[in-house]
Amino acid sequence: MNNSYHLNYLEQLESESIHIFREVAAQFEKPALLFSGGKDSITLVHLARKAFAPGKIPFPLVHIDTGHNFPEALDFRDALVNQLGATLVVRKVQDTIRQRNLTEPKGKFPSRNWLQTYTLLDTIEEFGFDCCIGGARRDEEKARAKERIFSVRDEFGQWNPKLQRPELWNIYNGKIHKGENVRVFPISNWTELDIWNYIRRENIDLPSIYFAHERKVIQHEGQLVAISEFVQPDEQDIVMTKKVRYRTVGDMTCTAAVESTAETLEEVINEIIATRISERGETRIDDKVTEAAMEDRKKNGYF
Amino acid sequence: MDLLRFITAGSVDDGKSTLIGRLLYDSKNILIDQLEALEKSTRNRSDGSVDLALLTDGLRAEREQGITIDVAYRYFNTPRRKFIIADAPGHVQYTRNMITGASNASLIIILIDARLGVVEQTRRHSIIASLLRIKHVVVAVNKMDLVEFSQDVFNNIVIDYNGVAAQLGLKNITYIPMSALDGDNIVDKSRRISWYTGKPLLEFLEEVQLDEDVNLTDPRFQVQFVIRPQTGELHDYRGYAGKVISGIYKKGDRVTVLPQGIETTIASVESAGKEVEEVFAPQGAVLQLADDIDISRGDSIVKSDNLPQVSNELEVLLCWLDDKPLMTGNKYLLQHNSRLVRAIVKQVEYKIDVNTLQQQPVEGNVKLNEVVKATIKTATPLVYDSYEKLSEYGSAILVDETSNSTVAAVLIK
Repeated sequence: MNNSYHLNYLEQLESESIHIFREVAAQFEKPALLFSGGKDSITLVHLARKAFAPGKIPFPLVHIDTGHNFPEALDFRDALVNQLGATLVVRKVQDTIRQRNLTEPKGKFPSRNWLQTYTLLDTIEEFGFDCCIGGARRDEEKARAKERIFSVRDEFGQWNPKLQRPELWNIYNGKIHKGENVRVFPISNWTELDIWNYIRRENIDLPSIYFAHERKVIQHEGQLVAISEFVQPDEQDIVMTKKVRYRTVGDMTCTAAVESTAETLEEVINEIIATRISERGETRIDDKVTEAAMEDRKKNGYF
Repeated sequence: MDLLRFITAGSVDDGKSTLIGRLLYDSKNILIDQLEALEKSTRNRSDGSVDLALLTDGLRAEREQGITIDVAYRYFNTPRRKFIIADAPGHVQYTRNMITGASNASLIIILIDARLGVVEQTRRHSIIASLLRIKHVVVAVNKMDLVEFSQDVFNNIVIDYNGVAAQLGLKNITYIPMSALDGDNIVDKSRRISWYTGKPLLEFLEEVQLDEDVNLTDPRFQVQFVIRPQTGELHDYRGYAGKVISGIYKKGDRVTVLPQGIETTIASVESAGKEVEEVFAPQGAVLQLADDIDISRGDSIVKSDNLPQVSNELEVLLCWLDDKPLMTGNKYLLQHNSRLVRAIVKQVEYKIDVNTLQQQPVEGNVKLNEVVKATIKTATPLVYDSYEKLSEYGSAILVDETSNSTVAAVLIK
C-alpha cells in the first residue's frame, strides 16, 4: 500500500479527538469546554478549533477560577478567547465560598482544588450544561486510567466506577436523564509527551511559565513553590531565586515548579523525555495527601 | 512512529498484570515516583522484590477487594511505536469487559500458563477474538520457568492451540515462550530459552505490520455534524463534518448520499478549515457537495461505484452487556456510529456457547455476557457493510431508552 496513506500516532490521536468533539457538539444541547489555561486545555481548544473550522467553536469556554491563578495564565486565557472570538464564562471559587459559607482549607499551601467542585456544579446548574469537556488524560493517574471517554455523572456530579457504560468501537453513547451530565475527555489516550510533541508539531502558543524563567521560590518537601500573594515564606523558609519552569499549570498554591534551563519548546521536550518522575508526582502538591486522592475527588464530582 | 492498540486477555493467575508491569518496567516507562509508590505497597513482601502486578492496580475499591472492576488503559512508548494497552479483567463479567477493551484493539495477547496449557478460559478469550475479528494474535506461553523452559511443553501447547485457532478461523498467530516474572522474552531475548528463535514480545509488538489493517478501498463517510457558520463570507457555507471510516475521498468524486439515494459530486474536501487534495481513513474531514441536498447527522456519503448495503432488517450477532435481560420484541435505540434509529429485536435464533462455539437453543431471555444470533428491524433503513467486511461500518450498539445504558454490542452479518 502507498505509504502516503499512513497516519502517524499524533495524527491518529488528533483524528480520534476531533471525532469526539464533533460527537459532543451533535449529541448535547448545551456543552461547555472546561478551560484552565494549562497546556492540556489549550490543546483541547486547538483541537476544537480544527474540528469545527471554518465555523467557530460551538460552545463556551468555562473557567472555574480558584483565584489562585498565575497571572500569566490569565493573560494568556484572555488573549486566546479574544483571538478565537469565543464566549468565556468565568465563575469564581471565592464567590462560592462566600455564598455557600464554605470553609477554606488552612495551612501554608491552601489548595482550593477540592472547593472547585462546588463552583463547577453550581455553574453546570446555572447554565444547564449537559456536557463538560475536560482535558484529563488517562496516563495522569490511576483513577483516570479507568474512566470512559464519555463519563456519565449523576446530578451530584459523582463518578461511579462500578456503573460505567461499556464504550465500544468509536461509538459514544451520550444519552442521559434530566439532571445528569456527561464529562467528556477527548484527549484521554494522549500522554504528557504526546501533548508536548503535538504542541511542537502544531506550533501552539503556551503561557510563558512553561518555559524556564527566574522566580523567587521556597523549598517544601523537596518541591519548589513560588512566592506569591498566596504563598508567603515563614521564618524558617529560605527564599531562593531559581531558574524554573512549570510542567503543569494549576493553582499557585499547589503547583510546584521544576528547576530548568529549558527556554524553548525543543529544550522542554528533551527535559521531559529525560525525566524519570511523573508529571503529577513532580508538580502536584495536593495529590500526595492520600493514595486514592483523585479517586475520591472524582467520586465527588471533580473533573 | 505509529500507534498500536492491543488487549491482554488472561486472569491474574496467568501473570497478566505481571506481564504488563514488566513491559512498562523493562521499557523504562515507569517513573521513579511510581516505583516508589509501588515499593511502599510491597514493602511487606517477604523476599523484598517488587510486585510488578501492583503497577496495574487501579482503584482503592479494587485493591481492597483484590479484584479488577473495569478495563484500564495503559500507555507506553518506544522510539518506534506508541502503545495503548486495554487491560481487561479476566473473571466476572469477562465478556462485557473484554468486548469493551477488544473493540478497538488490532492485536490480542492471550496468556497461557505453561503448566496448565490451553484451558477453558483460553478458548473463551479466543472465541471473542474471533468474533471481533482481531487481526493479530500473540499467544504468550507464560511461566516457562516453572516447566524448566521445556521446549516439549511449549510445542505441545502450540499444537493444542493451533487446533483451537483452526476451529475459530483465527489467523496471524505468533507463539512466544516467556517468563513475565523474570523478564524472559519480554523486552530482551531470554538466554534460558535458547531453543526459541523468534522475537521477544516487545520487539514483535514494535514490528508487527499494521498498515494493511486500514481499508482504503471501500470509501465510507458518515456525517457527524453539519457546519453552517451563517456569517459574512461564509453565509451560504454548508460543510459535512465526519470521519473517513474507510477509503479515500477527493474533490470531483461522484458520491451517493444514503439512505436518501441521491447522487452528487464532492465540491471540496477540507481539513481543519483548509482545502486539501484528498482525505483518507481514519482522518477527520469536512466535505462540501455540489448540490443542495437535505443531509443530516448520521447520513452516509459513499462513492457511487461502491455502495454499501441499505436495509431495515438486519441479521446480527448480539453480545448482551446489561444486567437486565434482553426481551424479544422490546424496542431499543440502535446507534451505528453517529446514526441513531429505533430498533426492535424481532427474533433470537440461537445462542453461541462461548466455550465451544456451538449453537444452542435459547431458553427464556438473553442474559448478561451471552452471545446470540438475532434479527433486528429498524424504523428507518440502516446503511452498513457486514462486520466481517468492514468492522467499523458493521458494528453498532443498542441503548435502552429507559435506562440510557448501552445494553448490547451489535455485529452485523
